[in-house]
Amino acid sequence: MLTLVQIELYKIFKKWRTYIGFIAIAIIVVIIQTAISYEGSRTLNSATRGLQDSFVFVGNLLNGYFVSNIILNSLYVHIPFLITLVAGDLMAGEASAGTYRVLITRPVTRFSIVTAKFIAGVIYTAILIIWLAMLSLGLGTILFGSGELISLQSNAIVVFASNDVLWRFLLAYGFAIVSMSVVTVIAFFFSSLVENSIGPIITTMAIIIIFIIISHIDVSAFQTIKPYLFTNYMDGWKSFFNKPLDYSSMWDSLLVLGIHIFGLYGLTLFLFKRKDILT
Amino acid sequence: MQSEKIVEIDNLSKQFKEVKAVDGLSLSVYRGDVFGFLGPNGAGKSTTIRMLLSLVVPTEGEIKLFGRSLKKNRVSILKNIGAIVEKPDFYGYLSAYKNLEILGRLSQTDVSKKRIMEVLEFVGLEKRYKSKVKTFSHGMNQRLGLAQALLHDPDLIILDEPTTGLDPQGMKEIRELIIHLSKNEDKTILLSSHILSEVEIVATRMIILNKGKKVVEGGVDELLNRDELKVTVEAENASDTERIIKESKWSDKLSSIANNKMVFTLRQNEISELNKYLVDKGINVNALIPTRSLEGYFLEITDKES
Repeated sequence: MLTLVQIELYKIFKKWRTYIGFIAIAIIVVIIQTAISYEGSRTLNSATRGLQDSFVFVGNLLNGYFVSNIILNSLYVHIPFLITLVAGDLMAGEASAGTYRVLITRPVTRFSIVTAKFIAGVIYTAILIIWLAMLSLGLGTILFGSGELISLQSNAIVVFASNDVLWRFLLAYGFAIVSMSVVTVIAFFFSSLVENSIGPIITTMAIIIIFIIISHIDVSAFQTIKPYLFTNYMDGWKSFFNKPLDYSSMWDSLLVLGIHIFGLYGLTLFLFKRKDILT
Repeated sequence: MQSEKIVEIDNLSKQFKEVKAVDGLSLSVYRGDVFGFLGPNGAGKSTTIRMLLSLVVPTEGEIKLFGRSLKKNRVSILKNIGAIVEKPDFYGYLSAYKNLEILGRLSQTDVSKKRIMEVLEFVGLEKRYKSKVKTFSHGMNQRLGLAQALLHDPDLIILDEPTTGLDPQGMKEIRELIIHLSKNEDKTILLSSHILSEVEIVATRMIILNKGKKVVEGGVDELLNRDELKVTVEAENASDTERIIKESKWSDKLSSIANNKMVFTLRQNEISELNKYLVDKGINVNALIPTRSLEGYFLEITDKES
């Protein structure tokens, strides 16, 4: 299995499309950091305007943590799209290139092939998120320094001491890896059904966008299905910037995301084991 | 006495929605055979080969390879099979060497760098081992396909249209290679091809499929009766020629007459004898054309089935 995963990772990182994600994230992060360096103080002032009469804000609030917290919001649509570019090609790429024929006629089980591709897809996702963390948190801290984190929430502003921030980011990025893995596995599932990667990319993005819209529309008919939409749990990383932490809700989110990940992986495996390779 | 059965197919069928691609097929391939797999387009050759390689799941029937059920022993069986299935495709963004290295690692056998270079040299690609496969011509891909099939030194080699896209020299080399692998390296080869002359030259046994069913199976010599040839005679004054033939001993050898052409079933030495007879009778013979025997046999069999 290790050999197969290594091979899959090698194939992933030998493709040009893999690096689109890394380049795009670098561009997104640099653009946001540049914008914040020019406009960040104003944003911060407008966000805290209502409190400035009652509180005195001191220290370096426009710091790398603040920037990184804003960038994490890109996890909704931008990062999923970059993930689907690779995940949507994991299986369909073999079908369109005709390489299933040389792959499946080797002495490896279909279970191993699917599992290795799935693991490689999740590793790629994790590396992409780690890259995002390195750039937003690492580069952000170098450029803007560190300090207290002001977390702007819908009905409150929470300020975290600088020594209380890093672990929250580490867990938030960890959670982001899990939530983005759901995107990976959705694209992976569709990728196993078709023979080109465009379909899985578009379908996965369509599902995410539709689910996000349903999650945010306050219509009673949608209330019953909302708990079942994975997009409802994708922003669970935000919980790590709440005080106090709601562990129960976090575990619930992880459980729902985990069920999606392993459920879709299992379904892909089930279908692929019975699939006739005709390409 | 027949040797060990390497491939044993029993009552194999494959249904694709409304189409029955393979219908109750049974066949056996023995150790050392070069087994020709023939049939017109849509006969079920590729589907059968794909089932043999577990690319396609049979609807019913059983496949045994090396005496063991493919369904139960897929992984251990595939260690000992090398194959080209239709057009060989590779990871175009990787070099020829890297493609083989990956496939070697997947073969669960010790495929060394030396072995990779050996097979590349064997198929004449040693100078292009660093080139990305996407820069290869169809013929080079075909050669690389052969290299990956031989990489792990399997006992059974399945070649589905291995000479497609090759130039005449390349085709000749593949033919020689098949003969070499069979005679000198004791490999069993299952060869599917549209090029009947190719099968006729290299195959020892063969099967003809039509509409998913077996039409005939057996030794090539036995099925083709190679002692006899179909010879088409074209002569001036066809009606006189026909009359002379019908009055002679050659009428027994006459198979058919159409468009002023007479087709005889003759032994090799009888061709010149017939020519002399006609010339002696004052008939100007324009041509004596021996028909390739497998081609004739194949058309006869498949036409009959249609």
